Amino acid sequence: MTQKHWNQRQQGRARRLERAAGIGRQVDASRIVELLQAVIEPADRVCIEGNNQKQADFLAQALAAVDPARVHDLHMVQSVIALPEHVALFDKGIAREIDFSFSGPQGTRLAALVKAGKIRINAIHTYLELFARYFVDLTPNVALIAAEAADADGNLYTGPNTEDTPAIVEATAFKNGIVIAQVNELRDTLPRVDIPAGWVDFVVVAPKPNTIEPLFTRDPAQISEIQVLMAMMVIKGIYAEYGVKRLNHGIGFDTAAIELLLPTYGAELGLKGKVCTHWALNPHPALIPAIEAGFVESVHSFGSELGMEAYVAARPDVFFTGADGSLRSNRAFCQAAGHYACDLFIGSTLQIDLQGNSSTATLDRIAGFGGAPNMGADARGRRHESAAWLKAGEEARQGREQMPRGRKLVVQMVETFREHMAPAFVDRLDAWQLAETMGLANPPVMIYGDDVTHIVTEEGIANLLLCRDAAEREQAIRGVAGYTGIGLGRDKAAVEALRQRGVIRRPEDIGVSRRRATRDLLAARSVKDLVLASGGLYNPPSRFRNW
Amino acid sequence: MEELKFDLPSAAQTIARDPVLVGVVASGNCEVLVEQSKAVGHCAVTVHTSAHGFAPIWQAVVEDFSARRHAGGLSIEINDVGATPAVVSLRLDQAIEVWEEHSNG
Repeated sequence: MTQKHWNQRQQGRARRLERAAGIGRQVDASRIVELLQAVIEPADRVCIEGNNQKQADFLAQALAAVDPARVHDLHMVQSVIALPEHVALFDKGIAREIDFSFSGPQGTRLAALVKAGKIRINAIHTYLELFARYFVDLTPNVALIAAEAADADGNLYTGPNTEDTPAIVEATAFKNGIVIAQVNELRDTLPRVDIPAGWVDFVVVAPKPNTIEPLFTRDPAQISEIQVLMAMMVIKGIYAEYGVKRLNHGIGFDTAAIELLLPTYGAELGLKGKVCTHWALNPHPALIPAIEAGFVESVHSFGSELGMEAYVAARPDVFFTGADGSLRSNRAFCQAAGHYACDLFIGSTLQIDLQGNSSTATLDRIAGFGGAPNMGADARGRRHESAAWLKAGEEARQGREQMPRGRKLVVQMVETFREHMAPAFVDRLDAWQLAETMGLANPPVMIYGDDVTHIVTEEGIANLLLCRDAAEREQAIRGVAGYTGIGLGRDKAAVEALRQRGVIRRPEDIGVSRRRATRDLLAARSVKDLVLASGGLYNPPSRFRNW
Repeated sequence: MEELKFDLPSAAQTIARDPVLVGVVASGNCEVLVEQSKAVGHCAVTVHTSAHGFAPIWQAVVEDFSARRHAGGLSIEINDVGATPAVVSLRLDQAIEVWEEHSNG
């Protein structure tokens, strides 16, 4: 009988460390490729840290420079495919398969690689789902992470952009994997320790600071009057109606408009302290006026936002900050917070079908959905009650003899036409065709129709909770789809009947005046206004400065 | 440039006043000029648009407008630079609201 070995991962770790013995724990940048070739074995699972915010870009470049004869057939397990190097790994044969969450900027190249048979996409996950699998069946052998600074022992300081780092390192370090950190600098003492040295094997000072994208900055100057109108409807017709206190906003101008109307229109409606008090949200610059007006009590963040560092540090009652004063973000915890502790999610999409399914996947791009599916889904495991959750649940039951249970409010906010007159409402999502191309069993849907509770367009609010069957639901959606083909195909009598029942509500039905939907209602109309509102603490990246 | 003309029945607008101009001639936007006309019970709409091929959508937008508003006896000229139907409807509604709220009397 062969002897069963119980410590093969330990042995694998020892073998890798031995091969790297001459390189040292503090690695010179010039030897980084050598290190990766020493510790990574063919067919390893490797995570390159990167999100839509910070990127371990130096380590990504190094991995793309290894000799494919030595390091090949890697299985990448990572949040995003964002950098050209992420894609180059597959072009060069260094990596073969991938499990990921989001591929915004590289979506088109990714689709081309799939066609060429150079990459196998096992699955597209949500962030939280991929982190979860790190602890089940996708544990990395090697993690390449990014931090702001390290000390001589190898403790790491991540600064405001902690993001995914704790989740990745926890899974890798405690299953005998190897953790390699790129840092911007070495410091004698760290402002705080975000990752303890014992969980980190190698530290390299990158020649350039890691890339960070100011992804959540929306210039108020670009908010349209239609977006103001829709934001007014959301505040009056949904936030006030349900008393939504705890929420998450998606990224985009639609939701930035809501944030900028809270201190003006929201205050005028007497909603201060009654709605939007607690948030799972990145530090959106557009939220500054609402914070300053006293609307916002607490914000927990997935990541940080460039330029918001000093403002956040000066508002520790609102944000989660370390003893050093800077933000402590954490994507895994914030995703959990958004899923379980928020009463409402609101976001935009590219396409909505007649069942209310929505997707941002289009034919020639494989994008993935990041965190939206976790935010935009009823939390079936939730048990605690709140007024908004109970009211939504009551509306969904409509007096039927069912076990009472609450519902999360999931709102999709779209203009009926996007730019170039592309309709937001379609008979069939592009996701169906994409599923065929990618060989997926299910179309990549971002938010399923049965999770969506409201659709808001410039035409009004469709409350899908109040629809009694699929036919009503379809007419409710057509009824707010405006002059798109879907909207023009409405049954006018059925839509009017739904309006009588309050399933569809036009701006005038809830007392929202179109006349008032002007940019004058925004609490800030430019990035400069945001800086002024912050008392000079917000320091926008140069691309947003035009004064 | 495409020019479209519509003549639609609409409830009579009882307020008389100087012309009203709302909106701007800018990309994705439009300008709406409203003036009195002699065609009581009818609304005459002229559209100058940079986007070709959307006549049926324009027809639907202005039909809905003339049905929901008192636009009879008004002549409306729209200078469009690729505005979506949402923007056009908003501008038309704003123009009528201005017409009704700030009459000369």
